[in-house]
Amino acid sequence: MDVETFKFLAAGLSMGLGAIGPGIGEGLIASKALSAIGRNPEAANKIMPMMFVSMAITESTGIYALVVSLIILFG
Amino acid sequence: MNISLSPEILFYIGIFPVTNAFFWSIMLSLFLILLTLYINKRLKQIPGKLQNIAEIVVESGMSFVDSITNDKKKTKRLFPLIITMFIFITVANLITIIPGQAAITLHKSEGVVPLFRAIMSDYSMVFVLTMVTIIIVQVVAIIVNGPFGYLGKFFNFKNIFKNPKSLPLDLFLGFMDLVGEISKILSLSFRLFGNIFAGEVLTAVMLFLLPFFAPLPFLFLTILTAVVQAFVFSMLTLVFISMASEIDQVEI
Repeated sequence: MDVETFKFLAAGLSMGLGAIGPGIGEGLIASKALSAIGRNPEAANKIMPMMFVSMAITESTGIYALVVSLIILFG
Repeated sequence: MNISLSPEILFYIGIFPVTNAFFWSIMLSLFLILLTLYINKRLKQIPGKLQNIAEIVVESGMSFVDSITNDKKKTKRLFPLIITMFIFITVANLITIIPGQAAITLHKSEGVVPLFRAIMSDYSMVFVLTMVTIIIVQVVAIIVNGPFGYLGKFFNFKNIFKNPKSLPLDLFLGFMDLVGEISKILSLSFRLFGNIFAGEVLTAVMLFLLPFFAPLPFLFLTILTAVVQAFVFSMLTLVFISMASEIDQVEI
């Protein structure tokens, strides 16, 4: 096992482990937003943009993992 | 497939290297400025198509900014910055889906260099936009709280005579505030950069594996990401600035 192998291993591990948290978080946000829309369909226009924004913020830890693995691979 | 984290250098002006992302950001700025001047010159009582689009964008943006700040004066001051960031980032992200641009390359002595690159996949460009936000936030916070009030937020010695026991906690909370301010830079810039760069890499890998039809869903994802990330970036800028411009009324 040389350095190259460990590089690929590290990139894969970083992305895989980093995707767990954002996955759970985005699932929670989507379920809450959809149940809110189901309860009050007229509010959908107000809920949707807020849902996208909070999803994008939740996603950021996943994006950090992605940036780290991209730097490991191509940097 | 050649993917590089830093943008490729096209040519030099003196010792100043001109990268492809920089070149296209200047081009895009020129295009947007000329378009704005053109619309501005031809404003009419009965709007045409272009003027209608511009009016829809400006009006809905204005009402959105107003719904966050709840203050007409603040909205008037903040709106130009927010809408400029939003339009620039949206257009910069959307022009990456024009087909055929990746085929245009420049043959140089070092090798083949692509003429086009997504502007926001250059970290320095995103970093500059982030620093504009962060510097404005800090300046607004200093103006609103005064220099000593601003420093007092991070090094809190206010309760030293009333309640000396709470000093370690106050200092710890101030330190966490300081860390939060610094991490704002990283989180704001990495979010935009990571999304756009990852979108580029993902589309490239998909085109490499299955050239027909398979990349289509990823292109839809690219369009969605382009608009959502521009919205998130400008909205977070707005929220940070309007949060910094409010005076703390906790200690009554």
